[in-house]
Amino acid sequence: MSVRRLAPPDMQPPSFAFTAENAEWVKATIAKYPAGRQASAVIPMLWKGQEQEGWVTHPMIESIARQLDMPFIRVLEVATFYTMFNLEPVGILVQVCTTSPCWLRGSDAVMDACKKHIHPHQKTLSADGKMSWMEVECLGACVNAPMLQVGSDFYEDLDGPITEKLIADLRAGKPVKAGPANARHSSEPEGGAITLTEPSLYDGSIIGKYKPVAPPPPPKKPGEA
Amino acid sequence: MATRKLIVDGKEIEADEGLTLLQACEQAGAEIPRFCFHERLSVAGNCRMCLVEWVGAPKPQASCALQVKDIFPNKDGTPAKINTTSPYAKKAREGVMEFLLINHPLDCPICDQGGECDLQDQAMGYGRADFHRFNENKRAVEDKYMGPLVKTIMTRCIQCTRCVRFATEVAGVPDLGATGRGEDMEITTYLEKAFESELSGNVVDLCPVGALTSKPYAFNARPWELKKTESIDVMDAQGSNIRVDTRGPQVMRVLPRLNEDVNEEWISDKARHACDGLSRQRLDRPYIRVNGKLKPATWAEAFAAIAAKVKSASGDRMAAIVGDLAAAEEIKALKDLMTSLRVKNLDCRQDGAKIGANSSGEKAPRQTYLFNTGIAGVEAADAILLVGANPRWEAPVLNARIRKAWLAGPVAIANIGPAVDLTYKVEQLGTDVGILANIVNGTHAFAKVLKDAKRPMIILGAGAITRSDSAAILALAARIAGDTGMIGPAGTHADGGWNGFNILHTAASRVAGLDLGFLPGEGGRDLAAILDGAQKGEIDFLYLLGADEFDVAHLGRAFIVYQGSHGDAGAHHADVILPGAAYTEKDGTYINFEGRVQQARRAAFPPGEAKEDWAILRALSEVLGVKLPYDSRAQLLKALEQDVTHFAVPGSAPVHADTSAATWGGIGQSGPLDSRPLTHTVTDYWLTNPIARASETMAQCSREFGAANKMAAE
Repeated sequence: MSVRRLAPPDMQPPSFAFTAENAEWVKATIAKYPAGRQASAVIPMLWKGQEQEGWVTHPMIESIARQLDMPFIRVLEVATFYTMFNLEPVGILVQVCTTSPCWLRGSDAVMDACKKHIHPHQKTLSADGKMSWMEVECLGACVNAPMLQVGSDFYEDLDGPITEKLIADLRAGKPVKAGPANARHSSEPEGGAITLTEPSLYDGSIIGKYKPVAPPPPPKKPGEA
Repeated sequence: MATRKLIVDGKEIEADEGLTLLQACEQAGAEIPRFCFHERLSVAGNCRMCLVEWVGAPKPQASCALQVKDIFPNKDGTPAKINTTSPYAKKAREGVMEFLLINHPLDCPICDQGGECDLQDQAMGYGRADFHRFNENKRAVEDKYMGPLVKTIMTRCIQCTRCVRFATEVAGVPDLGATGRGEDMEITTYLEKAFESELSGNVVDLCPVGALTSKPYAFNARPWELKKTESIDVMDAQGSNIRVDTRGPQVMRVLPRLNEDVNEEWISDKARHACDGLSRQRLDRPYIRVNGKLKPATWAEAFAAIAAKVKSASGDRMAAIVGDLAAAEEIKALKDLMTSLRVKNLDCRQDGAKIGANSSGEKAPRQTYLFNTGIAGVEAADAILLVGANPRWEAPVLNARIRKAWLAGPVAIANIGPAVDLTYKVEQLGTDVGILANIVNGTHAFAKVLKDAKRPMIILGAGAITRSDSAAILALAARIAGDTGMIGPAGTHADGGWNGFNILHTAASRVAGLDLGFLPGEGGRDLAAILDGAQKGEIDFLYLLGADEFDVAHLGRAFIVYQGSHGDAGAHHADVILPGAAYTEKDGTYINFEGRVQQARRAAFPPGEAKEDWAILRALSEVLGVKLPYDSRAQLLKALEQDVTHFAVPGSAPVHADTSAATWGGIGQSGPLDSRPLTHTVTDYWLTNPIARASETMAQCSREFGAANKMAAE
């Protein structure tokens, strides 16, 4: 980690506004919190803003502060505290997991592909300004190691060439398939299951017939006995 | 309040459950080191210096964040044992100190906090002197800009967040914050913006290390070479208790002194930083105007020039005006001198306030011009109506009290006057004085709020009492006070008494002047009439005792004697200048807006040939042939006490005793209201008196904040 500052003024856009759709979402989010506690919505709003703009801008911080009736400095504190708020443009951000399981399974090759095709240094925008990459700690998909994350999707079971193609496709805006890059389904073994294949496990002969559980009764309305 | 038994260092005590363990330990006589904890701020618990041993607990306990009510007794029912000096506690604190010093530059020799630094002091007790084991690079932090008063050396910061909490809680100006996290946490203002509070200097006192220091005082002096004098501030009428630090003849800095009833432990930036004005623009010798130019003269020549003029003038063509910074001593001396010269044209209200005298011109009862609720009493109020008052600029420390009351409980605050940011929520009623009439006849919504309140207050500021229709405004305010129960039972608010009628003065000398009756005598002229008379040639001789705050340029051909400390407006137009002493250069009695009598002490001597003001008047009286009957300040104080008995009881504010309808009904005089909107009289907080106007620091503040604040007000 290092000191986190807002991007220099010449990089900042002149203004910020949520899109109509996001503004609706913001309204609903603020309404979730009790009156006088609307400041609780600051993290979701910054997150939504980042989703919309790609990074957290200076006008965004002030706009959110005004909407939540917070001092500017309070929003700046939050934005600089959480490292997942990008304070500079990042383009398509490729987050490569390099924690032990991924590293053992070859995350170095994934990282090399990023270095080669995005930028030699992490957290730096590529020459065309479209992409950047960074090392991150464990993303919790060790069973599909090595892997990386873009947006809210995981790309798993990678190696050098697959990563290179993935980067090229992302850059070109082509559709890419999330999940394992090989033939695996989710985290199942390659080529299908090799344990727990005994049919008697599933026909009810061991534990009895599967009985659907009755759905829970609908919640009572206030005032109802 | 429930209490709980504790054994602190082997001594059994009964501690209030509402206290923190740190406070309970202090009651038991133990001394707990701390950085982040401060009695007047919320508990942060992040410095970990106050660790103590709770016997049986698995870890050392941060005593500042542990409440007594959370400390349960031992299983056998014996009280919990707390050790503050055990090897266990000491080791824990040593560990904390080691961590704090890892990233602290040990630059004490060039640090302004050196000699009065909490970290330095506590490192003597808990630092490891024999070895160190940190061989990595130390952290360095960029310095931040916090305005013209606060200098930052952020590498020294230990992240106690006292300054952030002060800005947010006490000052009510949330400009400070902590950005980043962990090792990279930094205290900063919002993107290099100045800390825009009139109380910003207090963060320098709060900072336990040298991260925030005083910019004007940077590299000026070491605390051990300063002479400390306990005194009273005169920059506003609150009478904040201060300590004046001098080196030789120069006032190096001004610090607050603890007084729970007046200023707690805060002072305003003007009180703290106007002191460089004490060594600029000073009048250090008498002057006489010869052929339109001021020429240096001796005291004897100056007195002779005055005597020549006074001999040829009759009493009704002479006048005297007292300025904002005068102490009671010189007001009394000037009044006695003028009385013996049969002068009735006297006024101590150089802002033209219509208070102190009732409609027939007699001296009004004291409580009609005081801040009767008292400063501490504000905390008990549950509804406040501000009329033409901007407490943030007229008395910043009082404003912090109002904010404290507002934070503590539901207080309905409404303002009649220009909308300004007072750091708390205010219902803006408008700027029309007619609203007062509506509140009186009950048609305004706020009338009900005041009526329903148990302890309502009205605060009349200078904006309300210096208008042409002020008598009518005062009468309406008195009606409101009477109708809504502001004049409650006698006694202090702690004993169930209540008096919510308040005048907020802006001048330190005003209440003393009014108490001494420095007002137009029978048939005498008040300020407006004196100025008018001078212009028309009906006043030949005008004595200004440090009076600069009115239009001095248009005084016609009157002979003007200016006695004061600074070459300000008054001195520029004077025919004779008598150099006086500033408030740090004389023993003086000041009465604050509550009516509290307080003594300012001499911290340095007046420059050059300047003299204490009452002594000048005493010497002049002899030349004029009307020798004043006191030869020493002790005799003068005796005379003051005989005149006005409360001068004999310094320190305490008067207790509300007069509930008679006659007193409160006699305030002001009903009449037509002016349609002009209410305004505030203080237009530039940093430049309200001759000392502040001579101060470079205040000029800088005015440049930095003045324009911005004006825009904010519009």
